[in-house]
Amino acid sequence: MFSFQQYVLAESLEQAYELNQKKNNVILGGTGWLKLGKKSYGTAIDLSGLGLDQIIETEEEFSIGCMVTLRQIELHKGLNDTFGNACKEAVRHIVGVQFRNLVTVGGSLFGRFGFSDVLTCFLAMDSYVELVGKGVVSLEEFAKMPYDRDVLVRLIVKKDGRKVSYQSFRNQSTDFPVIAVCAAELQNGKKIASVGARPARAVLCSVENEDWTKELTFGSNMRASAEYREFLAKILLQKAWEELA
Amino acid sequence: MKIKFRLNGKMVTDEVVADTPLLEYLRSKGCYSVKRGCETSNCGLCTVLMDGKPVLSCTTLAVRADGKEILTLEGLQKEAEEFGGFLADQGADQCGFCNPGFIMNVIAMTKELEDPTEEEIKEYLAGNLCRCTGYQGHLRAIQAYLEAKQGGIL
Amino acid sequence: MKNQFVNKPVRKKDAMALVTGKPVYTDDIAPKDCLICKVLRSPIAHGIIEEINTAIAEKVPGVECILTYEDNPGGRFTMAGQTYPEPSPYDRLILDKRVRYVGDAVAIVAGDDEKAVDKALKLIKVKYREIPAILDFRTAKDNEILVHPEEDWKSLCPVGADNKRNLCASASDALGNVDEILADCDFVVEGVYHTKANQQAMMETFRTYSYMDTFGRLNVVSSTQVPFHVRRILSNALGIPKSQIRVVKPRIGGGFGAKQTVVTEVYPALVTMKTGKPAKIIYTREESQIASSPRHEMEVTVKVGANKDGKIRAISVYTLSNTGAFGEHGPTTVGLSGHKSIPLYSGLEAYRFSYDVVYSNVCSAGAYRGYGATQGIFAVESAVNELAAKLHMDPVKLREMNMVREGMIMPAYYGETANSCALDRCLSRAKEMIKWDEKYPCKDMGNGKVRSVGVAMAMQGSGISSCDVGSVTLKVNDDGFYSLMVGCTDMGTGCDTILAQMAADCLDCDLDKIVVSGVDTDVSPYDCGSYASSTTYVTGMAVVKTAEKLREKICENGAALLQVEKEEVEFDGNRVFVPGGPEISLKDIANQAMCNNTNALEVTEQHSSPVSPPPFMVGMVEIELDKITGQYEILDYVAVVDCGTVINPNLARVQTEGGLVQGIGMAMYEDVIYNEKGKNYSSSFMQYKIPTRLDMGTLRVEFESSYEPTGPFGAKSIGEIVINTPNPAIAHAVFNATGLWFKELPITPEKVWRGLHGKN
Repeated sequence: MFSFQQYVLAESLEQAYELNQKKNNVILGGTGWLKLGKKSYGTAIDLSGLGLDQIIETEEEFSIGCMVTLRQIELHKGLNDTFGNACKEAVRHIVGVQFRNLVTVGGSLFGRFGFSDVLTCFLAMDSYVELVGKGVVSLEEFAKMPYDRDVLVRLIVKKDGRKVSYQSFRNQSTDFPVIAVCAAELQNGKKIASVGARPARAVLCSVENEDWTKELTFGSNMRASAEYREFLAKILLQKAWEELA
Repeated sequence: MKIKFRLNGKMVTDEVVADTPLLEYLRSKGCYSVKRGCETSNCGLCTVLMDGKPVLSCTTLAVRADGKEILTLEGLQKEAEEFGGFLADQGADQCGFCNPGFIMNVIAMTKELEDPTEEEIKEYLAGNLCRCTGYQGHLRAIQAYLEAKQGGIL
Repeated sequence: MKNQFVNKPVRKKDAMALVTGKPVYTDDIAPKDCLICKVLRSPIAHGIIEEINTAIAEKVPGVECILTYEDNPGGRFTMAGQTYPEPSPYDRLILDKRVRYVGDAVAIVAGDDEKAVDKALKLIKVKYREIPAILDFRTAKDNEILVHPEEDWKSLCPVGADNKRNLCASASDALGNVDEILADCDFVVEGVYHTKANQQAMMETFRTYSYMDTFGRLNVVSSTQVPFHVRRILSNALGIPKSQIRVVKPRIGGGFGAKQTVVTEVYPALVTMKTGKPAKIIYTREESQIASSPRHEMEVTVKVGANKDGKIRAISVYTLSNTGAFGEHGPTTVGLSGHKSIPLYSGLEAYRFSYDVVYSNVCSAGAYRGYGATQGIFAVESAVNELAAKLHMDPVKLREMNMVREGMIMPAYYGETANSCALDRCLSRAKEMIKWDEKYPCKDMGNGKVRSVGVAMAMQGSGISSCDVGSVTLKVNDDGFYSLMVGCTDMGTGCDTILAQMAADCLDCDLDKIVVSGVDTDVSPYDCGSYASSTTYVTGMAVVKTAEKLREKICENGAALLQVEKEEVEFDGNRVFVPGGPEISLKDIANQAMCNNTNALEVTEQHSSPVSPPPFMVGMVEIELDKITGQYEILDYVAVVDCGTVINPNLARVQTEGGLVQGIGMAMYEDVIYNEKGKNYSSSFMQYKIPTRLDMGTLRVEFESSYEPTGPFGAKSIGEIVINTPNPAIAHAVFNATGLWFKELPITPEKVWRGLHGKN
């Protein structure tokens, strides 16, 4: 379990950002990942009081506050209607309802975890993150950025008419994915996919070419070998296209 | 940190060390039904309701209960007995250590899902591990309970 | 004797307390002022502590004491909860100068709160001299590296142990000349089957608290399956007389064998002994995963020989078992890998069973449901399935031809006779339930998916013959309610209730009139504990014997009060009466026994059995396998069990279902994985996955009962056998879907994919 000296319920994003510049401070998301560590922090910064726990849908986009839980994503009708239940499919295998009622979109994305279903899912959409310091950055760029002291405010997902399918492979139904693929067919017919749990930060790639996985790196761990993951990525992409056809 | 919240129907004002998990805090307040089965948010034994939603109290900081309503099985004795009777009638209470968290989530499920299918039941409760029963007895109990509720027996 | 409760699905007596979350477990009832104990663990797999500096750690405010090997109070002992003299070697100290696996105990820290203790743990400085570790158990025997070179190591029983060869046990048993018969067989299959360590993963981790009582005695409250063994083991470990120790078992949050080893008791006990203060230890899940008592990893080499008509003539089994750093349950688990697999087949002309149990530098193994039978049955049943494939014979038919049947002698099972055996009925019923003839071997579903079925048989024992002891005390209280005092340990299985069901029927009374209490070593009658599938069978028989004696006593007192001869009266549960004559109620007899009475209405009887009648079962599984990815899921699992008379059908069914799902986990993904330095990677429920309710398909359980003449009401055991069929049945179904035999568990999707794509 992690520990900290002080707790601050942030009154503004600016205050949160300011506090977070100190290396030993930390922003609290759903604390699902933080609690696995044994680190001792100075100040824990809570964004719970800033009204960032809402999904706001407009004609053009979804604005998803950083404190929105995975369960909210799972149940949001607009999101799931727009993207063919891809969001629901991406999160419904994650541990259990009680866990998904806690862990947040902000925490999941900011962590850019090598196993992340959430990052993989939104990466295949026209997504952006709003950061207090850097402003709005595309999720694709954010996924490649090194960790810094910025504060993630919200995720913005554009309704650009793309069709999306989320596929993952697990050894046991609530385990981390062995591999995750989110495929998207853009309105102009272009096909792309994000691949996560390789196990490494999800990346977006072009999948026009038969050998598309060759540009990606896959790794081995106790769940599967790199070779198996690469094979599965191809199969999951096929499944995604079948689902979208 | 000072927190003020409703615990099992009663307003509580208390001073907590800010990094205390809600689980340890609740046990220190005598809510012994709340159990810990792991340190990695995987087992579901510590499930409580926070503003009506099932959450893992091991993963929630006690300070985040501030302003909220928390229910543990101590505050849901009638519901626990009601569903628990069906569980007991299958012999699926077994060692009982996972029962409180499981029953909390069953209570949450019956509030959230209307007429759930077998698949929906299994998915909603997938985060509640049990090593004794093999889950089949849980399912029988839930189905019998839902039937009794629908039939107006409960 | 009316039959009101036996064979009825009554609720467990503790059910409502459990489902309403009452504080009934060890940590719920521990005194609030307990010192918190934690163990500093070795980061290396093998080495000697050269220096340990606790000075800085001791200065942390709130730290009460830090204990190291220098504080070790007693001699070498075993943590295995077994009847004395234990077959497990006396090979450990509470704290040793030598560390033997990553996670081995180095120091105990006790303090006022967790934060202080955690801080102190970080401040203890240890210098180790590393020694090469034995991490592959196949290299252990006669390795120049010795896990237990110490001179005070000792083995109390003739189990073939030799610490100078890394041998924890070794033996051989045979009938006829196996090699000759095998050479003469038309078909011989041979395979090497590898099963890994598995965690029992009971939801309540290991935990204990201790305190000194009014009389200056050490009181230990622990989540244990073996309270009486705990008393002896603590006496050995602490070097204090047994008379100075009392052990109490509250409700237990599951055991499955894990708590048949004294995993945590020594730590707070030592702290209380040294400080005089109450102390408790609550293992984290991580500790329960890395420093506990998992299933023995085994490599089982099997040969099965048969004629072309399908008659099985000879079986040979050699088992290499990995006991890890210490020998808990090492010499005994291995025996079941042969003794509870070979006897499934009758009329063998020859068999041979031999084994070696070796030390290595991983976590000590222990007892886990099935206790070696699980490993052996995976091997033998898989080999028999492979034989059927070779013979082009339906594996069910092959079993019908060869399986053990009622009345047969089982030479590989200590020559016992199967006095009760409905294995044949189990097989035919299971076949019907799963529609074997329609589904065997497989059906192509298109899209690369195949549905296939698999089968396995299993047996276990009912207690350890001529060893296990169960006793109960029954007494009549005011108004005629009974106290049933037991020394066996209900760990959620419901034995308190089952024994009360038996007692109620023996005494012709309502179940509510029986109050059950256990276990407190100061007051409970002696029982070896709940393990080896003994409780229903052994302790159940003690209930029957005790109740019979108590009935006699009730009649004696009743007759005296009626002023007639004892021989004239009868007892019907409510009253003692002379047929057609005077009568007196049990209530009056009971109340009058509390005034001017010399014949106490209290009886203690003990039972032990010269035989251990096996329960039998058949498991059949249907899976759907994706031939493209290798992934497969359980659709349907059918189990038909012969546990003799079913005392409580609900509890027996749930036992079966629970065992099946543990077996399914073992077959599909449960795996204790060590890295090249001996660090356990499977140290949490995040990394060691057990099945969720989405992973078990549909389970269907039925009973085909035989009647066991030596058991209470005809009962045999149920607790362990139920974990034994999933491994071979699933491996068989995977074969029927893919044409590939998988001989190492777990059978993961990637392994199947590698097999299908010809990759290594």
